[in-house]
Amino acid sequence: MSTMTKQETEDLIQEVLEVYPEKAAKDRAKHLTANDQAVDKSSKCITSNRKSLPGVMTIRGCAYAGSRGVVWGPVKDMIHISHGPVGCGQYSRAGRRNYYVGTTGVNTFTTMNFTSDFQEKDIVFGGDKKLAKIIDEIEMLFPLNKGITVQSECPIGLIGDDIEAVSKTKAEEHGKTMVPVRCEGFRGVSQSLGHHIANDSIRDWVFPKSEGKAFEATPYDVTIIGDYNIGGDAWSSRILLEEMGLRVIAQWSGDGTLAEMENTPKAKLNLLHCYRSMNYISRYMEEKHGIPWMEYNFFGPTKIEEALRKIAERFDDKIKEGAERVIEKYRPEWQAIVDKYRPRLEGKRVMLYVGGLRPRHIIGAYEDLGMEVVGTGYEFAHNDDYDRTIKEMGNATLIYDDVTGYEFEEFVKRVKPDLIGSGIKEKYIFQKMGIPFRQMHSWDYSGPYHGYDGFAIFARDMDMTLNNPCWDAITPPWKRGSADVAEAAE
Amino acid sequence: MPNVMLRRSDDGQLLFYVAKKDLEETVVSVETDTDDAWGGTIELSDGSRYFIEPISPRPDFPTTLRFNRA
Repeated sequence: MSTMTKQETEDLIQEVLEVYPEKAAKDRAKHLTANDQAVDKSSKCITSNRKSLPGVMTIRGCAYAGSRGVVWGPVKDMIHISHGPVGCGQYSRAGRRNYYVGTTGVNTFTTMNFTSDFQEKDIVFGGDKKLAKIIDEIEMLFPLNKGITVQSECPIGLIGDDIEAVSKTKAEEHGKTMVPVRCEGFRGVSQSLGHHIANDSIRDWVFPKSEGKAFEATPYDVTIIGDYNIGGDAWSSRILLEEMGLRVIAQWSGDGTLAEMENTPKAKLNLLHCYRSMNYISRYMEEKHGIPWMEYNFFGPTKIEEALRKIAERFDDKIKEGAERVIEKYRPEWQAIVDKYRPRLEGKRVMLYVGGLRPRHIIGAYEDLGMEVVGTGYEFAHNDDYDRTIKEMGNATLIYDDVTGYEFEEFVKRVKPDLIGSGIKEKYIFQKMGIPFRQMHSWDYSGPYHGYDGFAIFARDMDMTLNNPCWDAITPPWKRGSADVAEAAE
Repeated sequence: MPNVMLRRSDDGQLLFYVAKKDLEETVVSVETDTDDAWGGTIELSDGSRYFIEPISPRPDFPTTLRFNRA
């Protein structure tokens, strides 16, 4: 199947929905649509950020995942206590591959798991004493930590522990930043609310302490917000900004520190990569501290060029020249990549289903390689994300919100993409179906994919996956027809 | 009574943002928009209308204000 018409896409959606009970089908229909670039407001064609249907296989995470895993987790010089039973922290430990510099266990703690390991008696008698005790233990064992966050797991909210009171007392006692985060997993419909709660906790517990701290400002101070340094993403973005003459004073939160977060309200411009997870704090800083923010996209040379020029426009001629210089400098580099890989990837069709920003940001990078994204969707986006997606996607392509395991499989069977980019839970299903797959949450243990350096790795990875000889071995020799069957030598 | 954050977009238009409702729309018209008062009935690009008692002097944007549905 080549390109589908709008009618065909709509028919496909209807067909897939048929197996559901009537009520479920009606609900799911609102989350699936054929893209139409003429629509300016996504709320007219898609519903998002709603509770998943009971009984379907959703791929979403929880509020704890959004706060502990995404926003707070990468802040490397703070210790994040997974407050509650041991599993939530242990099974998500170091899974996002947020790279950082430092000595783990001495002054950085990102890949470690700290938990209060709730037992029955903690549920019955409350866990505040235990929390106070482990904070003291942490201070004794890891004195170089810059602060502690308490990331609540579900039981904390259910039994009504007062983590705020413990944090306040201990913050005074130890003279450090202690942040209670009310990110119990049952809150909200997906990890998205966890991002919001984490953002609010930064606003309430980190910023007030930073007021009045000395800071030597320059007119070129910017911050990288919403880049989690997965496989080194933030580093390959940062060098471009620094090369054009800007000074990056904070990384949020990949390879970030508490001090960097405290300095952020002194920046001249907040550069926002992941809009979904950090727009809240950017909006707050705009209102409170008058710092403008802008979204940018560092996937693929076309989008990078666009983004660098857009960023430079906010500054004087020196930065504008810098941007042009950077663009010129890297042009031969990425041109060579495109020349090498485009012929091998041209015309291949991709389906994506990822999280906050990638379903729309990566499209440009695929297009630079001559590939086409024929379906995209978000686990936990809101309508403002879809507003931004509609323009990026071709007409009549599939858009699916909070897609269920069944729907995704059926779409793939019918659309027959050459490559799927999604998470680990989807990976093996599709590989067993014989479809090349990239795990796009943590770049399939590769990366970085941001920036010009990242694009080279991105192109190589896509080629490596798509043109891997193993896909020819999916059909066994005895099913290939007689022509291919090799005869044994006599 | 939604809490609304008002900010200027890149092209200078006023944006009306309600975090809890994922609503981000451009303000089309403001009933009273002079240097010493700002408010009244406000119409958004999607046709919905909100009301706020006129504030004087005009607030500095970005700011958060509480609106009523008109």
